Amino acid sequence: MAPLRLFYPYDRTVGSTVGRFLTSLANKKIEGTRGLDGIVHVPPAEFDPATGAPLTEWVVVGNAGEVLTWSWQPEPFADNTLQQPFAWALIRLDGADTPMLHAVRVGSEKDMASGMRVRAVWADEPTPSITTIMCFEPEHGHG
Amino acid sequence: MADDILRIRTPIGIDYTWSSGPGSVGYMRGLENGKLLGRRCPVCELVYFPPRNGVCPRCGVLLADEVEVGPRGTITTFCVVNVPFLGQTIKIPYVAATILLDGADIGMQHLIQECEAADVRMGMRVEPVWRDKSLWTPSLENIMYYKPSDEPDADFDVYARHL
Repeated sequence: MAPLRLFYPYDRTVGSTVGRFLTSLANKKIEGTRGLDGIVHVPPAEFDPATGAPLTEWVVVGNAGEVLTWSWQPEPFADNTLQQPFAWALIRLDGADTPMLHAVRVGSEKDMASGMRVRAVWADEPTPSITTIMCFEPEHGHG
Repeated sequence: MADDILRIRTPIGIDYTWSSGPGSVGYMRGLENGKLLGRRCPVCELVYFPPRNGVCPRCGVLLADEVEVGPRGTITTFCVVNVPFLGQTIKIPYVAATILLDGADIGMQHLIQECEAADVRMGMRVEPVWRDKSLWTPSLENIMYYKPSDEPDADFDVYARHL
C-alpha cells in the first residue's frame, strides 16, 4: 500500500463578476446581480439565465437568510471548513431570490430544519474564496 | 478594504491509498533503491516495465522473473512541446519521449533535458539523471529526466517492433 496523491495546482483568473463577488466577501459584504426579470442571483450570475444578456446591476444582500433544503455531512472531509459533523444547506439570503450552498454549524442533525434562519460566520482571515464565510449558524443561538 | 481579487489558486487534490498489488511491489522497491525492475512473461518472453498488475496482457498469464532493465535506453518516438500553458514548470521547447529501456519490451514516457529539442531524434541513446538519493521514494519521479548518453544512435531494427 502506498499513498497516491493526484494533484492539480490550478491558478485561474476569476473574471469581473466572480472577482467582485470575492472582493466584496473579503470586505464582509455579500453581493449578487439582478437578472433582467428582477431576480437577484446570489452567488452572482454573470449572464442572465433566460436571455444570456450580461448582468451589470449589483445588489447587496443580507448576511442572514433561510434554509431551503439541507443534508447532513456526518464525517467532514479534510478540506471542509468545519471539522465536525455539519449540514450542507441551500440558503436563500435576505434580499436574494436564489439559494446558495454553504455549511451550517449546529450541534446535531436534530437542530436542522427547512425554513430555519441562519447567519454567516466570517473566517478570521479572509480567503479569496467562498470560505471567507466560514459557515452559517442558527440566527438565535443553537437549536 | 481588501484589494480587488483578480485571480485565485484552486488546487484540487485527490488522496488515494493505492494497493500496488504483487505485480508492482518489486518495481516500486526497485525504484526506492535506484533500480529499474521489470518482469518477464513466461510465455511470450516480453519484459514489461512497469509490470503494472503483473499480468501479460497478450498471454493472460502471470509475469514471472524480475528483470533489471536500463538504466539507459533508446528514444523510439517523441514530442516537442512548444505550447506555453499556465503552471508550466519546464522551459519550452522541451521534449517528452518514449524511451525503450535496454532489456525492456515496452517504452515508457519521460522528459528529455540537457540537449536542444531540435537535436532529439528516433534512435537517440539516453541515460537517466536521478534525484538526490535522500529524496528517493518508490516512484519513477526519482528520475528527474533523461539526457543524451553520447553513445552512437541505435539501429532502427533494434526498436522497430516497439513503435
